[in-house]
Amino acid sequence: MAQQMQAVLAGFGGQGTLFAGKVIAYAGLIEDRHVSWFPSYGPEMRGGTANCSVTVSDEPIGSPLVTEPDVVIAMNQPSYDKFVEEARAGAVVVFDSDLVTPEDVRTDVEKVGIPAARIAQEAKMDKLANIVLLGKLWDKTRFCERATLDAAICKCVPSTKPQLIEMNERAIEMGIDA
Amino acid sequence: MSEKVLMKGNEALAEAAMRAGCRYFFGYPITPQTELAAYMSKHLPKHGGTYLQAESEVSAINMVYGAAACGVRTMTSSSSPGVSLKTEGISYLAGADLPAVIINVQRGGPGLGSIQPSQSDYWQATRAMGHGDFFLPVFAPSTVQEMADLVYEAFDVADRYRTPVVILADGMLGQMMEPVVMPEERALEDLPAKPWATDGHRGARPHNVVNSLFLDAQQLYEKNVERFERYEQIARDEVRVEEYLTDDADIVVVAFGAAARIARSAVNDARAKGIKVGLIRPITLWPYPSEAIRACDAKAYLVVEMNMGQMVEDVRLAVNGQAPVEFFGRAGGVIPRPDEVLACIEELARKEVVSHG
Amino acid sequence: MAEMECVFKRTESLLPVVTNYCPGCTHGIVERLVAECIDEMGMGGQTIAVVPVGCSVMAYDFFGCDAIEAAHGRAPAVATAAKRVFPDHLVFAYQGDGDLASIGMAETIHAATRGENITVIFINNAIYGMTGGQMAPTSLPNQVTQTSPYGRNPAYAGYPIRVCELLSSLDGVAYLERVTVDSPKNVRRAKKAIARAFQNQADKIGYSLVEVVSTCPTNWGMDPQQAFAWMRENMLPYYPLGVYKDVVADGYANVAEAATARAAACPLVSVSKEDDR
Repeated sequence: MAQQMQAVLAGFGGQGTLFAGKVIAYAGLIEDRHVSWFPSYGPEMRGGTANCSVTVSDEPIGSPLVTEPDVVIAMNQPSYDKFVEEARAGAVVVFDSDLVTPEDVRTDVEKVGIPAARIAQEAKMDKLANIVLLGKLWDKTRFCERATLDAAICKCVPSTKPQLIEMNERAIEMGIDA
Repeated sequence: MSEKVLMKGNEALAEAAMRAGCRYFFGYPITPQTELAAYMSKHLPKHGGTYLQAESEVSAINMVYGAAACGVRTMTSSSSPGVSLKTEGISYLAGADLPAVIINVQRGGPGLGSIQPSQSDYWQATRAMGHGDFFLPVFAPSTVQEMADLVYEAFDVADRYRTPVVILADGMLGQMMEPVVMPEERALEDLPAKPWATDGHRGARPHNVVNSLFLDAQQLYEKNVERFERYEQIARDEVRVEEYLTDDADIVVVAFGAAARIARSAVNDARAKGIKVGLIRPITLWPYPSEAIRACDAKAYLVVEMNMGQMVEDVRLAVNGQAPVEFFGRAGGVIPRPDEVLACIEELARKEVVSHG
Repeated sequence: MAEMECVFKRTESLLPVVTNYCPGCTHGIVERLVAECIDEMGMGGQTIAVVPVGCSVMAYDFFGCDAIEAAHGRAPAVATAAKRVFPDHLVFAYQGDGDLASIGMAETIHAATRGENITVIFINNAIYGMTGGQMAPTSLPNQVTQTSPYGRNPAYAGYPIRVCELLSSLDGVAYLERVTVDSPKNVRRAKKAIARAFQNQADKIGYSLVEVVSTCPTNWGMDPQQAFAWMRENMLPYYPLGVYKDVVADGYANVAEAATARAAACPLVSVSKEDDR
């Protein structure tokens, strides 16, 4: 497990990037690490995307704004284009391969594309492409214990909707297997 | 003890205020503090409290004035342009010796400015929260946990000294989520008694008057003198400051709030390069921790702010020409980067006055 | 000698102090009526006065109840909060025309439209008295004041505001009456209106305002009798006396019922809400 992980999760509003970021942050909290989650807010803050910065660290966190991410989840083309540029050398960039065509020249980052929206749709879980991508990110980085990820889902889904917890956990598995 | 949860800074302010016994919130929507008002509107009614969306910031602060006069714990929150509108009422709160808490989740200015994080209201908070001769305590949190802890404490300080208290946060702290453990819920019956409140005398005492008008010059002068004696006591007893790696520091960085988080990263990076640098983080901006800054006896100071240079003047006053005081800032909502601050530290370290560790 | 019966005594909710009002000013009459109404309800110990900036700025020293001095125009906001904290106390705002209808118009309109269950006493004498006789939001067309020395020219300075008429369109308002105190008969009418405005509050009916058309002998440059004559001749035609809104007389229990009936065609309105004040 890395000493510190700085993530950017980005997409269009409504794709659930802020929620997925919150799951990462809660996973860090459950493992008693320092965490911060910081959303873009306001109109058109960064290239028309809704995004959040998440840091999980063994040390107190300085700026919660991630400017050189070592992991990226990109759910649309503008988000991919912007954040693949900002990513640190060696970063993992996970994206929806149906929605994003990598046209960048970076050769020093690991690019992992899966058809997350299609996978979610076929499983009748249209809204959970974000969590499918999160599963893939976990598979590539192991940023927390596997069981912690499910526990984090439980913290983020309202307790009034238990059926959603099970669906989110399945989406994680589908992402890992994709 | 409560469970550790992830919360936005704005929500932590709201929840902790309720736990401190605040049951009356008056506000007006403005980015980036809106979650605070939304949280209050959802939760205050469940605690038997009142959330009221006023027609303006002006009205909201005057509702706070009315509720405070009636002896209850009350609060309002806004962001920079809205706080400007509140300054009339804040002056009246100070003039009538009323306890209340005012939150400023700052954004870039002047004018309509931006909605991104900024520390552009340092001067306003510490010098000019309205007309007249007065100060008020200003707390500057730099984590979500501190947002909760300081607003909780602010109500006690407000009651103890009969003064409005400001929490000076910013869009970064308001919008970000961090783990936070909430303070214990205060029982309303344990809150300090307020025999001066206009709560209806029921024939049992002379009438109470809450007022800031004193047409007799001598009387107003004496009122001001009495208030400044209280300010002296606040300056003596309520200074809060965090020192980080200052013991052997040649260079001391001074920063508050969100800027202090970034400065701390830069200090760590500079230490890794062998530079003897530390950080002083004022937690109270008034009263200002001048003594702690002076006592560092550093060879050079670097002030880091998210504005064009405001607190730097207080550092210069504290250091009083005994050492150079440099400034690095980003304004308008631009967040400074640790590597930019590190570059400033390295530049200072290169100057001959500073010896490397 | 037989024991004497007390037939008249000092009004307890007015303190035995000398006021700052000019000779012939109507503030004294109106404050006396307000205090009598509070005493008759036995509420002197549970009343909060919110006083304005203007000639009655020091009324906190005259009223026997607890009192809050508000910033200029902000009395309705201050009274709103006081009433929310103490829903069973009487809370009243006492305001002049500049305070209520100029700098404090936003606070007035919104306290009224929220249906704040408070009583507002509005002294309209068409001039700024305390600052020495400047044009007010209720100064009449062609009225000469210190800041309309050639007479208020509506083409240039706009028209006066008729407060009762303006507020009468708002759903939160329970009761509006315009009175004056130029004669014993009118003083008795004014007392009845003020008593009604306080009783409405006790009965939780809604926002009640009594506008008292008044004089300012000093700044109008007249003696008190001339001032009343000028008022009758010029102000009363512009500000006719009478009841401008009374939801109870209209057959409703309170403002909520009246407002619901008025907007019955709107499906959202009929959703009932518990009053959580």
